[in-house]
Amino acid sequence: MTYSPDIRERLERDAKEIIGRYPKTRSALLPLLHLVQSEDGYVSDDGQEFCAEMLGISKAEVTGVATFYTMYKRKPAGEYHVGVCINALCAVMGGDQIWEELSEHAGVGHEETTADGKISLERLECNAACDFAPVMMVNWEFFDNQTPESAKQLVDDLRAGKDVAPTRGPKKLCTFKEASRVLAGLPDELAGEGPSAAGPSLEGLKVAKAKGWKAPEA
Amino acid sequence: MTTTLTPVLTANWDRPDSFTLDAYGEYKAARKALGMDPDAVIQAVKDSGLRGRGGAGFPTGMKWGFIPQGDGKPHYLVVNADESEPGTCKDIPLMMANPHALVEGVIITSYAIRASHAFIYVRGEVLHVIRRLHAAVREAYEKGYLGNDIFGSGFNLELVVHSGAGAYICGEETALLDSLEGFRGQPRLKPPFPAVAGLYASPTVVNNVESIASVPSIIANGADWFAGMGTEKSKGFGIFSLSGHVTRPGQYEAPLGITLRELLDMAGGVRAGHQIKFWTPGGSSTPIFTDEHLDVPLDFEAVGAKGSMLGTRALQIFDETTCVVRTVLRWTEFYAHESCGKCTPCREGTYWLKQVLKRLEAGQGTEDDLATITDIADNILGRSFCALGDGATSPIHSSVKYFREEYLKHFEIGGCPFDPKKSTLWGEQ
Repeated sequence: MTYSPDIRERLERDAKEIIGRYPKTRSALLPLLHLVQSEDGYVSDDGQEFCAEMLGISKAEVTGVATFYTMYKRKPAGEYHVGVCINALCAVMGGDQIWEELSEHAGVGHEETTADGKISLERLECNAACDFAPVMMVNWEFFDNQTPESAKQLVDDLRAGKDVAPTRGPKKLCTFKEASRVLAGLPDELAGEGPSAAGPSLEGLKVAKAKGWKAPEA
Repeated sequence: MTTTLTPVLTANWDRPDSFTLDAYGEYKAARKALGMDPDAVIQAVKDSGLRGRGGAGFPTGMKWGFIPQGDGKPHYLVVNADESEPGTCKDIPLMMANPHALVEGVIITSYAIRASHAFIYVRGEVLHVIRRLHAAVREAYEKGYLGNDIFGSGFNLELVVHSGAGAYICGEETALLDSLEGFRGQPRLKPPFPAVAGLYASPTVVNNVESIASVPSIIANGADWFAGMGTEKSKGFGIFSLSGHVTRPGQYEAPLGITLRELLDMAGGVRAGHQIKFWTPGGSSTPIFTDEHLDVPLDFEAVGAKGSMLGTRALQIFDETTCVVRTVLRWTEFYAHESCGKCTPCREGTYWLKQVLKRLEAGQGTEDDLATITDIADNILGRSFCALGDGATSPIHSSVKYFREEYLKHFEIGGCPFDPKKSTLWGEQ
């Protein structure tokens, strides 16, 4: 199967815009792989062929790169790709228990997708939100300070089609494909939504303000 | 005297619109810099004493000075925004709340090193941060702060936000460059260093987000202002990230040289009813400390003198409910997962460390296993292609040094002596 002419035309238009940003075309490969995921929900065979053609490299080279990075999926991710941080600190703070209970609840394991295509799960390494441990990510949006109960509720809500809001992010979660488009370098219009900073991010500033501490004057 | 916090990069984070240009201001520091001689900008950053905030602490101005000038080649600035070191969580909130500090720093730095193309390589797993970067860059273009003839100076700059795809190794600067060129992110042999042959084999500066975001404040307030904070050889301020078993974990911006005791005091201490057991000064790749190190000044020299590294000031705090063997196993699994496979000591060493540690944690090991893991670590340290392998040995060596008895206890009783539930966020309920 190959892309239909209209899909192909749209993808080519996007790809050319992305390629145009780089002094050398091959630099666009990572963004183009995200673009392919925004169409197919994973790095499909057609998608790899497309990247190779757009960049003038072999498909084997594309595959070699795609298989190196964990965000590129070899089979279709769920509409909502749910990650649980199981790196040391989050694991200790409860990430291990969240993973065990959530995986059993959803009936799928690491890098597996539910039969309805809604949810895929991943054991995540550190996602740079340690002060919000235990941390989960859905479609790469932050879900901070989780518990086994909140994690299971989250997945139930997603499967039921309810609107879900990340802790620090837009008002409504977008799909895995929509997220992939932003990662390809094609922004949506949601940057203005959500807080500047929240919770632990502001603790130091709060202490400084309460005590009247400031950086010295110039 | 008690050290006080010094919010600079974090000062506007409580404004709901802090990420917009309206809230940030008019890029006065960039305007000032573009009216200066580029070499004077480099000199100012040298004089400030700013050292790389991505962990290694290399003097930033000196790095810029290594870029050959008048060589006829294009120069590049690449911002390392691939924040992935376990425990490190400062650049992500910084870019979410204050992306314009980074963009303004990119303009000043690019001007100083005579680069007309810059990239922010941001890890892909942080969607909203990427949105905020895209939006900040777009605003800067719309205002004429990026693009052609910035501030009428004749200086041109293109800035691209480039999302990674999930690989810790891409935080290593040469692996990052390979990744940005569209390849598997594997480190390159050095020399040549990026300053000579970096992106597309051209002179390139690779700097951490916080380093670059600190530059506008140095240009605006002067090198002496920055150098007036911190300690003799570790100047200025930095964001200290407290996580784990702390009453109020979070981001605390303070002069380098503050101690964990002071920071914990501000953060309400270790969670109620518990005591600190071990901690990392700068992420999982820095050897762990214990309660005997609470008064070590957190600067490059003092932490180094005590056998660890300041790293990224990622202070992960673990209390007495935490099993050190389990924690080290999980870090080791991380390094094994993230090892790029290029060099044998790291690829094979981390794999075998993981196997032996699993056995130890399950209480099925022997005392010989302790000799085995330290021997494997000795064969990784200094023999790997890049710092990932070295980093993997830090938790091994330091945990065996401080907690040998706890390792022994595991196979004495044939299992883990700790209840993992007690260390969880809800373990007290």
